[in-house]
Amino acid sequence: MSIILAAEALSCVRQDRVLFENLNFQLSAGQVLYIQGKNGAGKSSLLRLLAGLSLPEDGQILFHGKPLSSVAEFFAEQLLFIGHQSGIHPQLTALQNLAFWSALTEQQVADPYQLLGSLGLAGLEDIPCFMLSAGQQRRVSLARLWFTTKPLWILDEPFTSLDQQLIAKLEQHFLQHLSAGGVIVLTSHQALSASYPQLQAIELEYRW
Amino acid sequence: MVMWRSLIKRELQLLGRQKADWLNPLVFFLLVLSLFPLGIGPEPGMLKQIAPGLVWIAALLSVLLSAERLFKDDYRYGVIEQLVAGRQGLFSYVTAKICCHWLSTGVPLILVSPLIAVLLGLDWQSWQVLIVTLILGTPVLSLLSVLGAALTMAADKGGILQALIILPLYIPLLIFASGAMEAAATALPYTGQLAVLLAFLLFALALVPLAVRQALRMNVG
Repeated sequence: MSIILAAEALSCVRQDRVLFENLNFQLSAGQVLYIQGKNGAGKSSLLRLLAGLSLPEDGQILFHGKPLSSVAEFFAEQLLFIGHQSGIHPQLTALQNLAFWSALTEQQVADPYQLLGSLGLAGLEDIPCFMLSAGQQRRVSLARLWFTTKPLWILDEPFTSLDQQLIAKLEQHFLQHLSAGGVIVLTSHQALSASYPQLQAIELEYRW
Repeated sequence: MVMWRSLIKRELQLLGRQKADWLNPLVFFLLVLSLFPLGIGPEPGMLKQIAPGLVWIAALLSVLLSAERLFKDDYRYGVIEQLVAGRQGLFSYVTAKICCHWLSTGVPLILVSPLIAVLLGLDWQSWQVLIVTLILGTPVLSLLSVLGAALTMAADKGGILQALIILPLYIPLLIFASGAMEAAATALPYTGQLAVLLAFLLFALALVPLAVRQALRMNVG
């Protein structure tokens, strides 16, 4: 099976501190990379490197066997990145936020009411997001995962402030995406409860 | 095009929710202009003479004031980070921002210009030229202040830094816009100045959106 995303001898330095060095992995279709580590160990920095937002100190990232910088446009087309911040504007409603992201990625939401309803946001579609709880805002942000057609998902702490029921639903959705040939990179402090057929885990050490 | 329309719609929705963002600069503009007759004295001859400079200084300060928060929220809540990662929508997002910034700050200034003409005792001819300079000049003001906002969005106290970066760039605009109005007031030809303003506008339209996109990328990376 061809390798979609790979890292070769990756290292990252922030404020003169080496977060990680000589990191290697290879991900092919249907695989999930689960990054663990203490606070400040460099999980988010690794995700930002993988999303092409910052450059590694050393080593390189390969997408379909080519260096990331040479296939930047193609890579961005295939990527769905949800970072540490949710990407939800608190002054806009859930529907407006959804419309914004669907327009930007040029992917249609068939029925936004039904989608938000299935995520437990029925009746909250048209109030500004700052009036929603943290978990509900997370749900609005993650709603993108249900209409995107992009194969590579990079998610920073997707489970933060979600309740057990929605975490289970999200993991089911992950499994579906993987079985359709997708790739997921995610960080989390909590153990994954669903059983993934092809899980790779990386534990980042906190280093001084 | 569909994407761009939705982005414009989003910006307008945001302006609808955050009315202070475009009402405050307008009120500021009118307040500053109404202070001058109080401070300098209400002789129509004197006001008429300094009106071109006054209107334009007040306009560029109020546009500058309005741009400070332009990218702050989107930066803080991670919208820009995800746009930069996604790449494809970033340029449309930038142009939609610029467009709506002009609609919310430049256009109101043009609309209140009859009031200004009355306040400062401008005659019919000068008022017409004022409107033309505002139509040509306010988009340039918007473009430049959006650039300033993009460069300083990650800075904690970006407002004053933005003013320091952008105000010098306003100088040519100020010279030619008030020059056109002065020429009109003394019945001299002023089309030359207007042509220069138009050239500024076209130049800025071509380059500034690219610079803003790069500034956003730089701030996220």
